[in-house]
Amino acid sequence: MISNYIMYVFLFCSLYFEVFLLLTYIEKRKYIKTEYLEKKSEYWPSVDIVVPCFNESKTIIATINSLLNLDYPKDKFKVVVIDDGSTDDSLKTLQIFKGNSQVEIHHKENGGKFTALNFAIENSQADLFGCLDADSFVDKDALKNMMPYFENPKIMAVVPSIKVHAPGNVLQKIQKIEYGWGIFVRKVLTYLNALHVTPGPFTIFRRKIFENVGKYKHAHHTEDLEMALRLQKHHYKIANSHRSIVYTVTPKTIKTLYKQRRRWSYGFLKNAIDYKFMFFKKEYGNLGFFILPLAVISIFSAIYLAINFVISNGHLVFEQISKIATVGLSFSKIHFDAFYINTNLVSIIGLFTIIGTLILVLLSMKLSEGKLKIKSDLFYFLIIYPLIAPLWLFGAVFNTIFSKTITWR
Amino acid sequence: MEIEHKREKTDWLKYFYTFLITALIFGTAIYISNYFSNKKMTQLKTMEDKISLDILSSETQFSLLAESSCKNIGDNTLSQEVGQLGDKLLYTEQKVGADNSDFQNLKTYYSLLEIKDYLLMKKISQECNDKTVFILYFYSNNTCDECQNQGYILTKLHETYPQIRIYSFDYDFNIPTIETLKSIYNIKNKLPALFINGKVTYGLKTLDEIKKIIPETKIWDKEAAASSTTESSN
Repeated sequence: MISNYIMYVFLFCSLYFEVFLLLTYIEKRKYIKTEYLEKKSEYWPSVDIVVPCFNESKTIIATINSLLNLDYPKDKFKVVVIDDGSTDDSLKTLQIFKGNSQVEIHHKENGGKFTALNFAIENSQADLFGCLDADSFVDKDALKNMMPYFENPKIMAVVPSIKVHAPGNVLQKIQKIEYGWGIFVRKVLTYLNALHVTPGPFTIFRRKIFENVGKYKHAHHTEDLEMALRLQKHHYKIANSHRSIVYTVTPKTIKTLYKQRRRWSYGFLKNAIDYKFMFFKKEYGNLGFFILPLAVISIFSAIYLAINFVISNGHLVFEQISKIATVGLSFSKIHFDAFYINTNLVSIIGLFTIIGTLILVLLSMKLSEGKLKIKSDLFYFLIIYPLIAPLWLFGAVFNTIFSKTITWR
Repeated sequence: MEIEHKREKTDWLKYFYTFLITALIFGTAIYISNYFSNKKMTQLKTMEDKISLDILSSETQFSLLAESSCKNIGDNTLSQEVGQLGDKLLYTEQKVGADNSDFQNLKTYYSLLEIKDYLLMKKISQECNDKTVFILYFYSNNTCDECQNQGYILTKLHETYPQIRIYSFDYDFNIPTIETLKSIYNIKNKLPALFINGKVTYGLKTLDEIKKIIPETKIWDKEAAASSTTESSN
């Protein structure tokens, strides 16, 4: 059947990606422990961190305080808060920092995050420039740990490791594992020179890079993704400082998570279309030849596999409902018979893919948490995430095909 | 700041090794899947052979003892095994497809065994004058929307009255023996069709409707009620 062959192709791609990640990790795992561990010179570059703020009065104080607590020379470091036309009392709340020489507060009319970033870039004279979303907090050593990377003149941007801030409910615990997976993938992609996102929370750039590649664009509400692709287009090197930890507040409800992820996936697809010239070009190395095409394929394969899963299992559910409606509930003796274990090719390959995912998730947990401790979060992730992720992927593909614009919130 | 227009490095060798490993995993999956498929087919064949042997044994037993004793001939175990085999064949059909040649052989064999078992049990029933009821159920996996529900009802019927022996036949399965059966009992292509106590009914029949066709169920109900009353009074 043709649907089976499509499934084999998608499963082969998933398995190929997992093997590729694993091989790269095995190849580079020794370097991960030692890379850019110590700063060689005494020179500390000046850094401007912009905090774009739109109705963030609840978290903005904690965000700025976390920045002020950074272990970095005070005279070399400034926090620039851009109130992007907030309609709540964010601006009033920010007055607490009035008189603090390390904090600059600006107010402008609402124009979106990228306009706030560009406003700050235009007014910055610092060596390095970064951003921290107003719902994120930095670890004390986050900035300091990035400095050894900037001693390499080829590195133009350094991205941090992002973790979930105070995961409370099941959905946030699932995201905790997912963010851990993100830390792992980002590390591996660095070695392939294939990072294609410079995350909003605390990616630090050499400021002068913006003079060469231009400032931020609207970029379908994913300006951090577009900026990374633009840097890659110009063959600028992006590094990942996995020891620089940033904590971010994650969605608590399915609805907010769905909207956030749909925006990310939609942004990726739209930017992938804008940067389609990079696909399958040797010039763009692993990113153009492998990572970008596979990222697009993975969206469609996740949707296809999910639809297939729903159809096959929906059929079983429908049969059971039909049976109950016909003969009522009957609790006949259930006995296990190995004959009924599904051993077709799709199931066996699916099982191998799940084992591969599990190995990679465990490695991710070890890299992000420093130790391997199996908790209920892992089971939530493995069971619930494959069921909910296709929802926003489907939403993103639908909106991309039918050119429906996605709002920020 | 100068822009470095350096071509990025692509790890061709790593892509190749990754392909080899992935292909190896895929090959292993194909091998495992084939291994279990063959094992399942062998299991079905073994079951069929065992049932065939059991039928032959019952036939021989019947020939030897028919005139002196009717005990211990063709007990319900055989019927249960035929039922289990039927379930497994249905599952296999869904997995490998009805066109699979190995499956078709097994299904042909199964249909023949069913008919053989039916003929023998009917003969034993007549000779020994027991109250066994036989149902021949004709269904289709392609053209019958109500056949699945009829299957649930018949399973429930058999669970309630193990004395009823049910034999199911795929109406669309073109083998001479089923064609002969259809022609002998004049079964038309209006499915589901049930052949009970010499009469053919067409269309979905509920549990109560089938019970009405089989008067023995009333006797069995009474016997079951009486035995439960005795048990509770003890």
